[in-house]
Amino acid sequence: MYVAVKGGERAIDNAHSWLAEERRGDPAVPELSVAQIREQLALAINRVMAEGSLYDPDLAALAIKQARGDLIEAIFLIRAYRTTLPRLAAANPVDTGAMAVDRRVSATFKDLPGGQVLGPTFDYTHRLLDFALMAEGAAPVAATAPADGAPVPRVTGFLNRDGLIEPALPDDTPPPDLTREPLELPAGRPLRLQAITRGDEGFILSLAYSTQRGYGRTHAFVGELRIGAVAVECEIPELGFAVEIGEITVTECETVNQFKGSKTEPPQFTRGYGLVFGQTERKAIAMALVDRALRWQELGEDYVGAPAQDEEFVLSHCDNIQATGFLEHIKLPHYVDFQAELELVRKLRREAQTLQEAAE
Amino acid sequence: MTDQAYNFAYLDEQTKRMIRRALLKALAVPGYQVPFASREMPMPYGWGTGGVQVTAACLTPEDVLKVIDQGADDTTNAVSIRKFFQRTAGVAVTEATGEATIIQTRHRIPEQPLKAGQILVYQVPIPEPLRFLEPRETETRKMHELEEYGLMHVKLYEDIARHGQIATSYAYPVKVEGRYVMDPSPIPKFDNPKLSVNPAIQLFGAGREQRIYALPPFCNVVSLDFDDHPFRATKAAHDCDLCGAKDSYLDEVITDDAGGRMYVCSDTDFCAGRQAAGHAGRLAAGGKA
Amino acid sequence: MSADALTGGFPAPARDSARAFRALLEATARPGTIHTVNGAAPPAPLSVAAGVVLLTLCDTTTPLHLAGAADCAAVRDWVAFHIGAPLVAAESAAFALGRWGDLQPVTRFVVGQADYPDRAATLIVETDGLVNYGPTLTGPGIVTATWLSLPETAAFRANRALYPLGFDTILTCGDRLAGLPRSTRVEAP
Repeated sequence: MYVAVKGGERAIDNAHSWLAEERRGDPAVPELSVAQIREQLALAINRVMAEGSLYDPDLAALAIKQARGDLIEAIFLIRAYRTTLPRLAAANPVDTGAMAVDRRVSATFKDLPGGQVLGPTFDYTHRLLDFALMAEGAAPVAATAPADGAPVPRVTGFLNRDGLIEPALPDDTPPPDLTREPLELPAGRPLRLQAITRGDEGFILSLAYSTQRGYGRTHAFVGELRIGAVAVECEIPELGFAVEIGEITVTECETVNQFKGSKTEPPQFTRGYGLVFGQTERKAIAMALVDRALRWQELGEDYVGAPAQDEEFVLSHCDNIQATGFLEHIKLPHYVDFQAELELVRKLRREAQTLQEAAE
Repeated sequence: MTDQAYNFAYLDEQTKRMIRRALLKALAVPGYQVPFASREMPMPYGWGTGGVQVTAACLTPEDVLKVIDQGADDTTNAVSIRKFFQRTAGVAVTEATGEATIIQTRHRIPEQPLKAGQILVYQVPIPEPLRFLEPRETETRKMHELEEYGLMHVKLYEDIARHGQIATSYAYPVKVEGRYVMDPSPIPKFDNPKLSVNPAIQLFGAGREQRIYALPPFCNVVSLDFDDHPFRATKAAHDCDLCGAKDSYLDEVITDDAGGRMYVCSDTDFCAGRQAAGHAGRLAAGGKA
Repeated sequence: MSADALTGGFPAPARDSARAFRALLEATARPGTIHTVNGAAPPAPLSVAAGVVLLTLCDTTTPLHLAGAADCAAVRDWVAFHIGAPLVAAESAAFALGRWGDLQPVTRFVVGQADYPDRAATLIVETDGLVNYGPTLTGPGIVTATWLSLPETAAFRANRALYPLGFDTILTCGDRLAGLPRSTRVEAP
């Protein structure tokens, strides 16, 4: 006698408690604190904040802990939390020109006002496993020097002065927000930038890489990459002026792209732009390349059918929370539809067989 | 018991107003997909976030909620969504189709006919019926605008040319009130006739794709077909082995590794109700087996 | 702003608006059916039902047009405090509120775009009577036919001719409301 499978609720509860136990791992090993994750897995924190589009290192650390280190799962936790938060105000645009830079490099000039500042980078480390880290040691201390406080002007500003780069004109139009309005295509550049900065690092990286290999080549130079703290200011209507409400670390990349001119634009350098929460330079550089590739239409370039030029393709597929949800949903039961397909395939086979027999 | 940490039915009021406005426009233009600013929900995209948002926007404290997946109340995702609304809205729940005022469903329409006062909320993965013929939203939107549905007919006709019949067995496209071609969500085509002239309100939510659409009660819904190849709602040519029903949609259950199988109603409430009323199938306890 | 502007909202916003929306959903899904709503106490001359509709559907993202007597200081203050909808001219309104005569000509209201027919105005029409008597209604949501006391038929017939474009209408009277979506066909009695 067949009894239909019951007990979905108990199965779910049991799965949850097993998951909790697995998350903790061996209880003989001390538990990770949220503060440890925040301080020692800072780049994971940055990615979760960037793609979760919520700047809160403590919550990001909690999400990573809860997600057992699965960063996309952690991003999902942050997104789901973010959506419940009331929107109290919109900040003014951050002034990245006034950034207190920890790192600032330009690939287009050997030296420049403000200097090349390497900062805490993996760039010139040799990728040799440091077994000393397996032993718990003293906290390393880096040499310091007083901040010189001198302004760090933008590289694109130098080119701009000579008229060699397309102007970036200020625009006070409030940008659209894809978290509050449904995505409408074609989208403008502000909406594209929002989608890409929230987009999956791996996806944006691969798209950017594809442009370097010729699928919508944009001849990009890193004009400038800067990482550091910027002030967040909010306009207070009752006061009539802006008040600083906090400080966030961001990574900004401006690419300078060779451009031979088109039917509508003169020969000049063009721009790609990346701005991402936290120290996230791989993402910021990739974002700038993809941004530039998507601008083919406004610059009068040819559409060569490259994935990175295809706004609808990029925007529809860059969000890893949408992607992972839809991908993983195919493990949910689909037996009703499968049954319909079974019946169809059986019927088609029966008819094919009848035809074959008739032919013989 | 409602979880006081969340607003009634989880969503904040501004989000609910946005969804509610979209729902009313969807009812005003049956079958047309209204864009809405779908929110990130605490369950993954693809697991019913659209349906959950529509249900959340419609629920009142007096509602009695039923949630099914594959026709069954006890499938894990149905259990999970039902628990979510018990926790965040404190509503009563039921497995009885006749007692429910809102039914959220994935992939089935209940066997028991629905009635006025009931709302059926469908979870929709890909709302655009033309999507697999034309991947671009900018193009498909224009096709709906111009009522340019030739591509869909070509696809169905190619099926006939190749297979002698239309080889679509679920998510079978329909035309609503003679105007919009609509994806009925991945219900088996067996369920398509229930879409039409149904006394209940039918609402469709696609969270990841940010679309809501609707069928008002008594709305005319026609499955696309050709005069010489009329649409037919098909199912496995068996009776339910538990309740003996001849006209319900069946799941095929593999019972051993020697080719043994049985057929049971996919609608668990319908099957249990028939068994309680004394109907018995081939393999029912104390049945004719 | 008068002190009255601060009162008259939903006492329990989440639950009251849920019940009110359900009435609106049924009213739109079944054109011609009349539903009783409550919870709002807007200033004169607004009806309870009109207040309920505003509280349930409108907010800072929905431009609102107030027509005729509804366009008075008391209503504007109440809308500013409870709803926050920007007040606009008829041509740019997502929602419009007034008596039928004051909303004329209704051809001013947006009827949606061919590719986005949802981007159309919703008219909240205050009436002196709302009964199932008058012009004949047929179409989606209606089994065979029903009747509703409409202020006129010609404008609704012209609106139906634009389908799938067109404005949608909610008729209010005291604490009752009925829906007349653009899909409904209207015939003179």
